[in-house]
Order: sequence, then C-alpha cells, then structure tokens
Amino acid sequence: MQFVFLLEQVVNGLVLGGYYLLIALGLSLIFSVGGIVNLAHGAFYALGAYLSVTISRRLGFMPGVVISPFLVAILGIVFERLILRRFYREDAILSLLVTFGLAMVAEQALRMIWGSAPLVQNLPPEFRGPVMVGEFLFSRYRLTLLAVVVVVMAGLWLLLNRTSFGRVVRAGIQQPDMVAALGIRLQPYMTTVVMLGVGLAALAGALFAPITIVHPAMGAEILTIAFVVVVIGGLGSFWGVVLAAVLVGVVRGVTIHFAPAAGEASMYVLMFLVLLLRPRGLLGEPIEKFEK
Amino acid sequence: MKTFEGGSTRASGYWSRRDALKAGAGAAAAGLLGFPAIVRAQPQAIRIGHLTPMTGFLGTLGEYAVQGIQMAAEEINAAGGVNGRQINVMSEDSINPENATTKAQRMIERDGVDFIAGEISSASALAISQVAARHQKLFIAVGPRSDVLRAASCSKYMFCIDIPNTVMVNAVGSALKRDGMVEGKNFYTLTADYVFGHDLLAAARNFFAANNATLLGDELIATDVTDFSPFLLKVRQARPDVVCLNLAGNQVTNFVKQYAEFGLPFPTVGFNLNTADAWAAGVGNLTGTWPTVWYHTLDNPRSKAFVEAFQAKYNRLPENHAWISYVTLKIMAQAMAEAGSAETPALIEYLESGAEFDILKDRPAYFRPWDHQLIQEAYPFTVKPEGEAADEYDMIVLGDAVPAASEPLEGIYPTAEQNACTF
Repeated sequence: MQFVFLLEQVVNGLVLGGYYLLIALGLSLIFSVGGIVNLAHGAFYALGAYLSVTISRRLGFMPGVVISPFLVAILGIVFERLILRRFYREDAILSLLVTFGLAMVAEQALRMIWGSAPLVQNLPPEFRGPVMVGEFLFSRYRLTLLAVVVVVMAGLWLLLNRTSFGRVVRAGIQQPDMVAALGIRLQPYMTTVVMLGVGLAALAGALFAPITIVHPAMGAEILTIAFVVVVIGGLGSFWGVVLAAVLVGVVRGVTIHFAPAAGEASMYVLMFLVLLLRPRGLLGEPIEKFEK
Repeated sequence: MKTFEGGSTRASGYWSRRDALKAGAGAAAAGLLGFPAIVRAQPQAIRIGHLTPMTGFLGTLGEYAVQGIQMAAEEINAAGGVNGRQINVMSEDSINPENATTKAQRMIERDGVDFIAGEISSASALAISQVAARHQKLFIAVGPRSDVLRAASCSKYMFCIDIPNTVMVNAVGSALKRDGMVEGKNFYTLTADYVFGHDLLAAARNFFAANNATLLGDELIATDVTDFSPFLLKVRQARPDVVCLNLAGNQVTNFVKQYAEFGLPFPTVGFNLNTADAWAAGVGNLTGTWPTVWYHTLDNPRSKAFVEAFQAKYNRLPENHAWISYVTLKIMAQAMAEAGSAETPALIEYLESGAEFDILKDRPAYFRPWDHQLIQEAYPFTVKPEGEAADEYDMIVLGDAVPAASEPLEGIYPTAEQNACTF
C-alpha cells in the first residue's frame, strides 16, 4: 500500500512538473537566443491569469484560457521590439535591471487596474473532481492540464527541430555571428521566440488561475521556481528543462510524503547538489568559467 | 521623504552640480511646506505607527486593515480630533518579523510615535511587542490571534484586540458539537508552519482531547506553499472523518480551491478564516463551518452604518480586518480622550480599568486587566450550498453570536489557569 501511495505522489509530481515547464521553457528560450535573463517573465504569467479571468467573465472559461495567451504574446512582441532588443549586445546586468524594474512596474500595474484583492476564477463543474484509475486518484483538471502541456511541448519541439524556423533559431543559439554572416537577420526570429516564451507563461497563468490564488504578486512567486528549474536543467537545453521540471515536481511530492515540512526546501537542495556536482546543469552547455 | 532618500542613495558617489541643486531646491521646498504649522503653533498631532503586512501571504488582509484604520482616522479628525489634537496614522508594510522589528524601532526612536498599532501576523506581533516593551511604549496588537501573545509571551505594554485561537476553536467547536461532528470522529489537520499555526494546533488538540475525538495526523505547511496536491493525496490516504484547517491567509484560499478541484469526499472545518480568503476561494469551493470575529451582514444598526460608509468610500465591502482596524482606532480615541493623554502609562491605566467600548456589536467589549485581551463576541458561520449563493459575498451565513446573550462574555475565553500571563 505504501508503494502505491508513493507512486501516486510521483505521478502527481510529474503533472506539477508539466506546469513548471510551461514557465521555465520560455525563460530558457529567451536566455538561449537573446542572452537575456528575463526577470519580468513572471509578470506575463500573472497577466495571463488576470486576462483569462476577465475574458472568462464575459465569454466563459475556455475562451479565456485560449484568448489570453494570444493577447499576452502580442504584448510580448511590443516588449521585445521596444525594450529587449536594445540589450542583446549589452552587459547582462543591464537587461537584468530593466526586466527586474519591469516586473515591479507590472505588479503595481496589476494592482492599479484590478485591485489588490485576489480575483476569483471558478473551475467549470465538468473539470472538477477526481478520476480513479484502480487505486490511483488523479484530479480530472490536472490530467487535462498534463495533456495540454504534452501537446504544446510536442508542438514546440517540432517547431524547433523540424522546421527551417527552428534551424535558424538553433543556429542563432550556437553561432549568432555566423548566422549573421550568412545574411540572416536574427531580429525577427528573436521577436518570435519572445512571443512564444511569454505566451507559454501566460498559458500557464490562465490554466492555473482556477486552482491557485490570482493576485498581483503571483508572478514573483512563480519566478523563483522557474529559475530553479532552468538552473537545474541547464541553460540552453530543451530536454534539460523538461527533465528538471519533472524532477523538481517529483522530488517535492516524494519529500512531502516522507517529511512534509521539508517539501519547499527540497528543490533548493536539489539545485544545490546539481550546481555542486555539475555546474552546467543536467543537460546544459558547458560553462568554461566554472568547469576547468 | 522616501523617494528623496532613494534618489540620494542611487546617485551617491557621482553627484553632478545639477543633482545637488535639484536636491537643495527640494529640501528647501520641503522646509517651506513644514513652516506654516509651526507658525500657527497648533497642538502637535498624535502620531500613531501602524504596521501591517501589505505584501506576502497576508497582504490582502493588510490592505483592508490600512483602509479601515485610515477611515477611522479621517472620521476622528473631521470631528475635531482627540483633545483638540489631530491624529496622524502612518501605515507601513511590516513584511516579516525582522522588518517589523526595524520599522517599529525607527517609528519609536526617530518618528516619535505615541504608540504603535497593527499587525496580522503573530510572529511579527511578537517581534514588535519586544521592541515596544524595551522602549516602554504601548503596542496594540490588532489582528494576530496566537494564544501565546496573551499567555507566555504577554506583555504589560501590549493589548490584543482580535479573538485568540482558543476562542476561534470554541466558536466553531460548539457548532460542530451541536452537529455531532466531534465525538468519536477521526480528524486530520493541516497547519500553517509558524507560531500562529502551532498555537492553533495546540488549541485544536486540547479541543479534540476534551471531546473524545482522535487526531489521525497533522501536516505542517510552509506559508509560501501554493500547490497543495501532495498534501491532498496524503489526506486521502489517511481517510479521516473530518479534515480540519489551521491555515492562514492565502494558504486557505489555495487549499480550498484545490480541495474542490480534487473532489475529496471528507467534510472540512476550519479553526481560522478571514473572510477575504473565503471570498477569493469563490462560490462552490468553500464548504464547512468556520469562525469569524465580524462579518458585514451582522444585524446591528451601527455595524450596518459602518459597512455603508466603508462601501461609499472604497467601493467594496469591508472585510473583518477593515472592521477590526477601524474599531481599534475608535477604542484608542476613546482611551486618549478619557485618559486626557496619549502617554503610555495613562493609556495602560485606562485600558486596564475595565472601561467598555462600542465595537459595532450587540454587546460592548472590554479589556481583561490580567492578560490585556479584548473580551468580545465571536461567531461561527456556514457556507451556502452551490447554486444558492448569488456571488462570493452572498455565500456566507453568519451564525448566532457566541457566547449566547444570556451567558457571561468570558465563557469562551481561556481562563487564567489555561493561559498563565504575568506582566
């Protein structure tokens, strides 16, 4: 019986990992291509949640979840064109500062527009309740979430690995100067990558709005976990981020099973161990500075 | 003031002449603005330091607290102040116990406040209480509920307004006993992992032991947890009769939403809830019986007048932390007027005298001199089934006040034997 309980936690952790993945992958993509650590990423997650609540009130739950990420993605274009593009070749500290400032501005903006009291987003009854598979109990909604994440990830992987767009992006990650020498402007590709990244974060926000608290600081809350996932997975690696997200979710679940009070600390311990033993992250590119 | 300081720090090291001129002009302007008050020789305003969490897991509640106390200050000032002196309430975000300590110290030493009021977090309140005692300044703990603040950690300089954990357990407990949900039942508790939660769990344990109930298990949950799914699986594995929540702030909202999401069959009860957290959970998620210190539907004309005025001013319904901060300042205004002073010793003497205060409830409240607890009514509430509530503000049904009108008000409060407090 104990084994079944543990397995239940592992599966639940996998689902949770999928949700971390939606946020962390965009963060990792934007860093890989533009060299920018986007501290405002959480703000797009929060905005996704807020817009989905607002749209859902008028059009229903599903339209909210679908439309909100697209609106945020469009905002992502503006974000890249007006702000991020100025910092690709600058010192990393500048982009850190500007995105950090933007995150604070965004949080206050949410507070000014929607108020600081949390918004209510109700889960439609058809998504509520458990699904039993033998002895296992799953949340019906989270299983749906997992399916959405798998589809989105498969689509993204195909885009990056099986299209000419993906080839340019991957080349841009490895050798931006060579890509430029071949006469390809990376600029529009970068716009698309940022658009995809923040759109994914907004999708995560919209999907999680019914089962978490929608409040102005929700972006800051999630950003820490997203960074932990990216660092564990290794910067610039698609599968590294996937592996790390799942690992963080599972380790947290299993830790809570045995030592509940240590649950939140577990992912930081995991990050500590990974950084100690493998500074580049599980599947990341080697960083010469750290690995002699 | 704040921005000015920030500006000078940022520019330190390489100030241009222009910056220096600008700063100089700013300082001069600030000085000019300060002058008229001195010239007219008005009596100095009463300065009250108000510390409350405005961010973090209690931030939603703190915003209500600020609105409530500021509204009370405006009303008092519009009516001519206290003893001809205006009241100046300085509200600041206490963030966490470390910050609360620093800010309380600064308010007393540099800002020269007459006393400090505020807090929702029991941990921060403990920290402020120590600073206040060191400086022999009064601290009114408005929102924290840990019993320990009225017992082992009580202080001659601290007075507590909100109901303590034991009262919340008793308020819900009497409703649960009536419904036959305690005797011989198996409970599983989830507890906020800080002083407040630990304290509430202790009160809950006493209640279970006294009423023949079994505690199957307890989970301590960090205040920054937003995903409860692993805990929900553990609850289901334990198969209790009743799930009991000793959570705080955002934790309650997140738990309640995810409990409904997983659709677990066990009934929930809670020994702590602030109504803003219930509203945020939304219709159809919250179920069970809960305690509260005040709710806007309370059938009392003065309470209703307050609700109306608050809505007119802020365009939303007041939550229990708005109400409690509002009545706290009214209590203190009465105390300062009657004592004829804002000095700590005079205020302590008056508050300990057993004077009665109107707190917009049917029965007036008073402080117990030996533990400085405000003795007042509490209420259990239940939640309308889904489909019956028009919106989240309509889903809560307030029960009758405990103790009943015929019983002594102190009946639900811990006795001197249970909560030993020596100043």
